[in-house]
Amino acid sequence: PARELTQNPLHKTWEPYDNGLPAGHSAQRGVCMTNCPTLIVMVGLPARGKTYISKKLTRYLNWIGVPTKEFNVGQYRRALVKKYKSFEFFLPDNEEGLKIRKQCALAALNDVRQYLSEENGHVAVFDATNTTRERRETIYKFGEENGYKTFFVESVCVDPEVIAANIVQVKLGSPDYVDCSNDEATEDFMKRIECYKNSYETLDETFDKDLSYIKIMDVGRSYLVNRVMDHIQSRIVYYLMNIHVTPRSIYLCRHGESELNLKGRIGGDPGLSVRGKEFAKSLAQFINEQNIKDLKVWTSQMKRTIQTAEALGVPYEQWKVLNEIDAGVCEEMTYEEIQENYPLEFALRDQDKYRYRYPKGESYEDLVQRLEPVIMELERQENVLVICHQAVMRCLLAYFLDKPAEQLPYLKCPLHTVLKLTPVAYG
Amino acid sequence: LFFLFNSLPRNRIKVDAQRKKPFVLKMPMELTQSRIQKIWLPNDNRPALPRRSCGPQLANSPTVIVMVGLPARGKTYISKKLTRYLNWIGVPTKVFNVGEYRREAVKHYSSYDFFRPDNEEAMKVRKQCALAALRDVKLYLTEEGGQIAVFDATNTTRERRGMILNFAKENGFKVFFIESVCNDPTVVATNVMEVKLSSPDYRDCNSTDAMEDFMKRINCYQASYQPLDPDNYDRELSLIKVIDVGRRFLVNRVQDHIQSRIVYYLMNIHVQPRTIYLCRHGESDFNLKGKIGGDSGLSNRGKKFALALNKFVEEQNLKDLKVWTSQLKRTIQTAEALQLPYEQWKALNEIDAGVCEEMTYEEIREQYPEEFALRDQDKYYYRYPSGESYQDLVQRLEPVIMELERQENVLVICHQAVMRCLLAYFLDKSADEMPYLKCPLHAVLKLTPVAYGCRVESISLNIEAVNTHRERPEEAKKGPNPLMRRNSVIPLASPEPTKKPRINSFEEHVAVSSALPGCVPQEVPTQLPGQ
Repeated sequence: PARELTQNPLHKTWEPYDNGLPAGHSAQRGVCMTNCPTLIVMVGLPARGKTYISKKLTRYLNWIGVPTKEFNVGQYRRALVKKYKSFEFFLPDNEEGLKIRKQCALAALNDVRQYLSEENGHVAVFDATNTTRERRETIYKFGEENGYKTFFVESVCVDPEVIAANIVQVKLGSPDYVDCSNDEATEDFMKRIECYKNSYETLDETFDKDLSYIKIMDVGRSYLVNRVMDHIQSRIVYYLMNIHVTPRSIYLCRHGESELNLKGRIGGDPGLSVRGKEFAKSLAQFINEQNIKDLKVWTSQMKRTIQTAEALGVPYEQWKVLNEIDAGVCEEMTYEEIQENYPLEFALRDQDKYRYRYPKGESYEDLVQRLEPVIMELERQENVLVICHQAVMRCLLAYFLDKPAEQLPYLKCPLHTVLKLTPVAYG
Repeated sequence: LFFLFNSLPRNRIKVDAQRKKPFVLKMPMELTQSRIQKIWLPNDNRPALPRRSCGPQLANSPTVIVMVGLPARGKTYISKKLTRYLNWIGVPTKVFNVGEYRREAVKHYSSYDFFRPDNEEAMKVRKQCALAALRDVKLYLTEEGGQIAVFDATNTTRERRGMILNFAKENGFKVFFIESVCNDPTVVATNVMEVKLSSPDYRDCNSTDAMEDFMKRINCYQASYQPLDPDNYDRELSLIKVIDVGRRFLVNRVQDHIQSRIVYYLMNIHVQPRTIYLCRHGESDFNLKGKIGGDSGLSNRGKKFALALNKFVEEQNLKDLKVWTSQLKRTIQTAEALQLPYEQWKALNEIDAGVCEEMTYEEIREQYPEEFALRDQDKYYYRYPSGESYQDLVQRLEPVIMELERQENVLVICHQAVMRCLLAYFLDKSADEMPYLKCPLHAVLKLTPVAYGCRVESISLNIEAVNTHRERPEEAKKGPNPLMRRNSVIPLASPEPTKKPRINSFEEHVAVSSALPGCVPQEVPTQLPGQ
């Protein structure tokens, strides 16, 4: 006899139960569908963007619901060797240095193992130069022993301008160079890079033909992708191929105040109030003053965001996936009415606002899934203004500011406020 | 009303600006909601952008995808599959296969001698065919509303590719190269057997002779083959090199969104033999009452179906079957009977009928007569008030399709509208046909990739159920009202690739499935005239 199904009161999913208890065997289609954890191994000379990629990728994976953590070996080294003196620490014949560096790598791998095997992590990003076959061999074996899939991400770049820019962006401010002048720091760092060059063995078409990896060349001009094994690796490759480092700004705001906002009602498809229209005009003025090159404007398909965009006098695109969270049976109610008519739902929402799904509606978790293509396209684009809604804006903001699921539904996104986001350093 | 031609493959509507200075707004942002798609549009008298079914106005330039590779490397396979995908997501795409042009020009193929590099006469003919195909590419992209043309030929020399690049430059087209490189003799031999032996070129030959001739044909190209060289000579080109049937990829200079999507798609498809099973949940209590939508459980007959499905799956004796359901109770109850692990996808939920949820069609006709009529007028684009359209469904199902491409044996237990969308993808059915595909309760469709398409078998599990199918009503059979036609991306079935008299307007084009003849599922209707 088939098992009975019961609907989880919080996220409204149907689950089988045995003897009154959830059997919990059916997988929720979250996002990550690998069976084994994945170990991502960065590869490349210093100042090639490894940490930039590690952090960005980690942020993206966590946002889409894949528990990910980065492990930067440099930080382990700084913990062990309290004061950085000079590039000489990295000389290939500095035995003391080599010993310490190997120790740090192993300590980091140990933490990786703990994260993936004991702390329910799904993906670990091992951020170090990993420029020799020997080192990569060690890591690969470690992965095999523990049942992890290993995926290498190599960044190759020979453009001196790019490297110099990277150094200025993120190295001069490093704790290693806290007591140095910019010139001294740059000079030392360039010598540090030299230390790695002789022993650098790039991922090789023949030697490494059985490994899974992506090689990123010249900050994304071209890519070499080898043996993508599963869904998550495929998503990682897609993400890496869509990000860029061209300076730009992303503007996020909500529609102007709506008629239903005035009445304290949620959802619906109302038009702007008088003040909302005023905001739209102010927004037009603001955008004008910002003097932005080639600004793209995106709205949802709800009247209030479109009315707001209309005031700008520029072309805009309507995305259905930017529509506000669907409050299902609670659409167009006030919070008082919800509390009165659906007291249990009202209480549940406060219990776990991220996962709570309105009856016949959506949850923040659902929102994140439907907004993922927006994030992907935002990564591809340059200057963009997104005119959206409260819950939607919270999700997008959480992605950019690396806020976890617990905080996401409480991020402050008031009406008539524009958030201007500019990428800088690692954030 | 006006639209910019939307080159983007999703449900995004581009709206041009009000042609006024931002500070001198006379119209206080008045909007009207379109009746079928429920899209809010400005209703001042903004001049319409010329809505010719010609190319896009402001949008991205059209793209020519240029296939590159020796014969039997999967170029046509990739061309057709990619075209099918792009059309399904709403980007008008067409394949131009130069071999077909050659078969038109040279009625009878005698032997590989035709392809010898020293055969001047033949070289002339082959070049003419390439040029004829390019002329049709130009027409498609500039006058027939095409967004992407796939130029399927060997294109193995720099000279030929140079000519195509010039052609594209003259016409303002973007170019994206897809090269397939494979030196594994087993793979090449398999390809030859799968698709070449049955080619019209070899209809009078036996298999052995055909194989031998084809191998000599490949040889004719080898000496002059200049693979793409992204490290040096072809550094500035946008390209993807597919190596060893997808083991490796080299990607260079992806220019825009659609190229990025194409790369992602190519990296997810594979050629492993496998089977996809599509079916609906068992009959539900709401089905019995004639109510649409909702989240009801299975009726008694529905439960019987679930058991029969379990037996069917067992008999199929599959290795590693993945089972997917929606997050609605009825599909999950059905999966429960299989006693296999299954994954629930919210994206597989039935189309949201908005205010019409849980009503019967009679109730809808009574309470929302205008909506009822509009839906019959343009069922693909019609969006329920506060609900969804088939077009919206395609957008939310795209990740499902992508994951299906990655997987091997999968059983998808879903819903009527959802199943129609998925089926349309596999069988290359147009947007027009999609909402009328027959997907009855208690039947399983078994899809197997074969040659360039998909073989489909319909298996009824012989458990009675209500019929939930509504035929296209007579008045609407004339074809979509041109005024209702949304210029933003009209998903087509991949247009007939063989060279035919030029099509005058692409709306009149007859959609043809890329499946092999004789493989139309029993329940899918044949083409209706004028469509």
